Amino acid sequence: MRPLTLRRTVWTCVFLAAVLLGVMLLALRLGAVPFSLGDLGENLWWLASGQSERVSTDFRLIMVEIRFPRILLGMLVGAALSVAGAGFQALLRNPLADPYVLGVSSGAAVGAILSMLAAPTFPWITPLAAFLGATATIAGVYFLGRREGQLDSGTLLLAGIISASFLSAIIIFLMTTLASRDIRGMAFWLMGDLSTALPPGLLWIFVVFFFAAAGAIYTTASDLNLLLSGEREAMHLGVDVTRVKLVVYVSASVLTGLAVSVSGAIGYVGLLVPHVIRMCFGSDYRLLIPTAALGGAIAVVFADTLARTVVAPTELPVGAMTAIAGAPVFIYLLRKRLS
Amino acid sequence: MNVREIPAAARPQGVAGGNPRGAAVRVNVEQASYSYTARRHAAPVFTLEATTFQARDRELVAILGPNASGKSTLLRLVAGSIAPLAGRVELDGFETSRLDPRTRAQRIAMVQQESSLVFPARAGDYVLQGRHPHGRSLWFESEEDYIIAGNALVQVGAEHLQDRWMHQLSGGEKQRVVLARALAQQPLVLLLDEPTLHLDIGAQVDLMARLRQLAEQNRYTVIVVTHELSLAAEFADQIVLLHRGKCLRVGPPAAVYQQELLEQVFEAPLEVEIGPAGRPRVLIQGRREEPHG
Repeated sequence: MRPLTLRRTVWTCVFLAAVLLGVMLLALRLGAVPFSLGDLGENLWWLASGQSERVSTDFRLIMVEIRFPRILLGMLVGAALSVAGAGFQALLRNPLADPYVLGVSSGAAVGAILSMLAAPTFPWITPLAAFLGATATIAGVYFLGRREGQLDSGTLLLAGIISASFLSAIIIFLMTTLASRDIRGMAFWLMGDLSTALPPGLLWIFVVFFFAAAGAIYTTASDLNLLLSGEREAMHLGVDVTRVKLVVYVSASVLTGLAVSVSGAIGYVGLLVPHVIRMCFGSDYRLLIPTAALGGAIAVVFADTLARTVVAPTELPVGAMTAIAGAPVFIYLLRKRLS
Repeated sequence: MNVREIPAAARPQGVAGGNPRGAAVRVNVEQASYSYTARRHAAPVFTLEATTFQARDRELVAILGPNASGKSTLLRLVAGSIAPLAGRVELDGFETSRLDPRTRAQRIAMVQQESSLVFPARAGDYVLQGRHPHGRSLWFESEEDYIIAGNALVQVGAEHLQDRWMHQLSGGEKQRVVLARALAQQPLVLLLDEPTLHLDIGAQVDLMARLRQLAEQNRYTVIVVTHELSLAAEFADQIVLLHRGKCLRVGPPAAVYQQELLEQVFEAPLEVEIGPAGRPRVLIQGRREEPHG
C-alpha cells in the first residue's frame, strides 16, 4: 500500500508547479516575435530589480502587455476547467464528464452572450450570467440523464452532447441575428480563445473566485472519493451527500462560468487533464484537485502556445488545439468503458 | 477448496437462541412502519407494517422472508437512511435517522448487495475508506488508521488481498474486503444486505461463521438480511420473519421455524426438523401435489 500523505501531495504539487514555470517561460519566449532565453532572462531581471528604464519598448509591449496577461488568463482558465471537470466526474459518477462535453460550457456561453446583449455597458454581469447558464444546463442534463430514477451513464453523456449541440445552435442564432458588432466572434464562444485580454481589475476578481470555488471543492475531496462508489454507500460511510453534492454542483458551475465568460467554450480540458493526472498519480481526490488545477494550467498554456506558433503569424483558437487532443481520448475512454 | 472447520467460538453457546447473558438492548425497533409511493399523493406501492424487535450486542439477528417482503426496507430503517413513518428505530436510545451522517457511520456499518467502482481501487485503499467517518475533511489517514484497516483485513482473513485490485477479486474475496471496510468503521452495529448472494456454499458458511465470531469478539450487533433459511437457523440468535410487508414472527430459530408457517410464507414444500444442537434444519421436499391442484 502506498499511503497518500500530505507530504506526497505537497511534493507532487511542487513538481507540477516547476513544470508549469517551465511551460510559462516557453510560452513567453515563443510567438510571432521570438526572444532568446538570454534576452528574456535579462529583461525579466531588469523588470524585477526595478531597472525598468533599461527594458526595451518591444519587450515591454510584447511581454508585459500581451503575452504575460494571456498566460495568466490561460492558467486560470485551464485550472478552472480541470477542477470543474474533476468535480462533475464525481458528482455524476462518470469519468467522461467534462464541462464542454456535458454542454455546460455552451450553456454558460449562452448566458454570457445574453447578458452582453441585454447590458452591454455592464461587463461585470457577464460572469454571473455565465454561471447561471452553467447551473441551468447541468441541472437540465442531470434530469435528462436519469432513467427510472437512476443516473444512467450513457444517457447522461447523450443528453450532454445533444444539449451542447442545441445550445451551440442557439449561440449561432444569437450571434447572427442579434449581436452587435462589439461582441466577440462566434469562434470565441464555440471553440474558445485566449486572445482577448481582460481588464486587470476583472482578472483579480476571477483569481479570488477561482480560489474560493476550487477551495470549496477541495474541502469535500475525501467525501468525493466515497461518492464515486455510490451515494448510498457514501452515506453509510458518513458523507453528508446532499451537502457535498450541492457544494460541488455550485462550485463546479462557478468555475465553468468563470472560464467561459473570459475564454469561451474551450473543450476537453476537464476530461483530459484529470484523466492524465489519475494515470500518473492515482485517483484520490485529495491529490487530484490541486494537481488537476496545476495540470490544467500547464495544458492550456501549452496548447495556447502551440495555437499561437504552429501557423504563425496567424493563430488558431486554443479550443481547436484542445479538441484535437481531447476528442480522440474521449473516444478511447468511451470504448474502453463499453468493452 | 478445502473444508473449513467452523471455530468452536463461532458456534452459539448453549441452547439455540435466547438473549445472550441478558445484555442491554442496543437496537430497538418499535412499531416502525414505512411505505413507498411512486408519486406524491399516490397510493403506496409497498408498505412495511409496524415491526417490533430488539437486538443486543453479541447478537446475530437474521431478517428472513420471500422477495418483496420488506427485508431491505427494514434494514434501511435500522441503518437510519430512511426515517420510519410511524414508530421508532433507536440505537442506544437515539433515533438512527436523526443522527448526523458522520456520527451514524461511526456507529452503524452497512454492507450492501452490490457496489460498483467508477475508478479502480486496491483492496487496501478500499478498506481505508471505512476510516472516513473518523476523520475530518481535508484529512489524511494516520498511522492508526492504517493499523485499524490492516487488522480489519486480518479479521476477515483477507490480508493477502491488500494490494489486489477490487475488480479482479472473486465474489467471495470481494465480499470479505467489503466486510473488512465495514469493520474498519469500528461500528457497534453491523448490517448486511444479502451478503451470501453469489457466494458458493463454502464461502456462505465461512462468512456466516465469521460474522458469528465477530459478534462475539467485537461485541457487535449483527443484523443480516438473507434468503438462506438453513444458514440463518444455524447461526442466528434471533429471526425476524417478514411476509408481504408484515412482520409475522420474531424469536429464536426454534420458535419461528414451524413447518406450516414456513411453507405458507415461502410457498414451497419444506420440512423442518430439529438438529442435535437444538437448532432447526430446513429440508426441501419434492412437490407432493400438483400446484394449485
